[in-house]
Amino acid sequence: MENHNLETRFQNKIDQEIKIEPRDWMPDAYRKTNIRQISQHAHSEIVGMLPEGNWISRAPSLKRKAILLAKVQDEAGHGLYLYAAAETLGQSREQMIEDLHSGRAKYSSIFNYPTLTWADMGAIGWLVDGAAIMNQVMLTRTSYGPYARAMVRICKEESFHQRQGFEVLLVLSKGSEAQKAMCQDAINRWWWPALMMFGPRDSESTNSDMSMKWKIKRKSNDELRQQFVDMIAEQVKLLNMTLPDAQLRYNENTKHYDFGEINWDEFWQVVKGNGPCNKERLAARKKAWEEGRWVREAATAYAAKQKQKQKAA
Amino acid sequence: MTNASLVDLTLYLADSTLVLGQRNGDWCGHGPVLEQDIAITNITLDLIGQARSFYQYAAQLIGNGCTEDQLAYWRNEREFKNCLLCERPNGDWAQTILRQTFFSFYQRELFAQLLNGNDSTLSAIAEKSLKEISYHCRWSGEWVCRLGDGTEESHRRLEAATENLWPYVGELFIAAPYETAMQIDTAAIKKGWSDAIDTLFTEATLSPVSLSSTFMHTGGKTGQHTEALGYLLAEMQYVQRSFPGCEW
Repeated sequence: MENHNLETRFQNKIDQEIKIEPRDWMPDAYRKTNIRQISQHAHSEIVGMLPEGNWISRAPSLKRKAILLAKVQDEAGHGLYLYAAAETLGQSREQMIEDLHSGRAKYSSIFNYPTLTWADMGAIGWLVDGAAIMNQVMLTRTSYGPYARAMVRICKEESFHQRQGFEVLLVLSKGSEAQKAMCQDAINRWWWPALMMFGPRDSESTNSDMSMKWKIKRKSNDELRQQFVDMIAEQVKLLNMTLPDAQLRYNENTKHYDFGEINWDEFWQVVKGNGPCNKERLAARKKAWEEGRWVREAATAYAAKQKQKQKAA
Repeated sequence: MTNASLVDLTLYLADSTLVLGQRNGDWCGHGPVLEQDIAITNITLDLIGQARSFYQYAAQLIGNGCTEDQLAYWRNEREFKNCLLCERPNGDWAQTILRQTFFSFYQRELFAQLLNGNDSTLSAIAEKSLKEISYHCRWSGEWVCRLGDGTEESHRRLEAATENLWPYVGELFIAAPYETAMQIDTAAIKKGWSDAIDTLFTEATLSPVSLSSTFMHTGGKTGQHTEALGYLLAEMQYVQRSFPGCEW
């Protein structure tokens, strides 16, 4: 079949909301975009374990320690589903990890910010997971089948994490003056980076047009960001805290919250590697991978020996 | 006196599982491969869960509004009763695996006695924990085989880990006063443990080590620890102690 016929059939499927499956024909660019996006998403889960993992040893109660451990472990699980989904497109996990370590592949910039106090565990759950969910709920309907199905599982756990994060902050907001201050400080530090998670403004987003046509994405960066602001601006009232934006106010005409300008210079600096923790995060991942090499080699060697023994028997 | 011994035994069980959980928790996000990162975190979660059950029971026995967090966060180095093995540093994956193996195999023997012991709460916690412990034994035992019979390097590292950790296993089989009072039969634990470890070491192509030929450190069970514990507690307890009397 001619290539343009294949492409027409492919686009027809997308338009009819039929999922694209691993064995189906797909344009190279569609495959590449999905590999890029899914692996980036997987890397974000894995690198995202680090800022929260920081606080496992220091969690202020046994209950919080257990909840935090389970949460960070869930993120490892999400990473696994996503690597598996990307593998269906013909990319090996080793290759993806190598791309992360060499800097060819990206991960969400939010994880280049430091976790400085216990309240950050709450702010990350509420704001960072909250922002991620906006994107992820949309992705449960993405056109590539394995990705969409992975997202369904992930979304269930993420919304649980967001509630847990909010609950961490709620307890702090009802606590001592020092706890309240810690809570407000964490919100102040995570609010703007959370807004940046939705990516550049629509007018400046390079990957968006094709992604919308192929229904990899279904909502624009700005639409999702607005949806998030509207949600958080209401929820913050329950905490008796404020968002660090003097221009934030409800607009009766648009029925949305207006908000101030994001510091796009900071956004691009962090993307380019100049965030507070870019070097530490990548170094931690590389160290784990390098120091784990002999372990993986031992497991492979042992499995081969066992296979040999079974053959001989 | 029985009640004091029961509290002490319960705290020994709680402290040992918490301290090992605290150590293992440092692997979360840093494991050699994603699947094993998840597995060791699972074990960590089980250990913290067991610790919580024991602390809650100890708090109930102590009374006066005592809580699990008071016991975990407001006691000092000399009050912690965990066995020394659990506070030994993570080292490499071989050391972490071997420490887990030694402890899980020990727990399997000890908890079988608690299960059949006189105290119904300890028995119930042991029953629930034994299901977890049996998985921990299988998982860590499989890793001992993989490392022992894997590559030359992994074999060498596991031997080094054995050399590092072996001097800390003897303590497990010397009864603390509260264990004697609570009729824990450490001789039987020792027998069951050594038989199982011998079998495992043989399968893993490691030379068997004798329990009597090595010098053994002691003291953890009665609150005399290695230097390692102080740092671990300082990190674990600092938020609670910086903000006394707060809810989290």
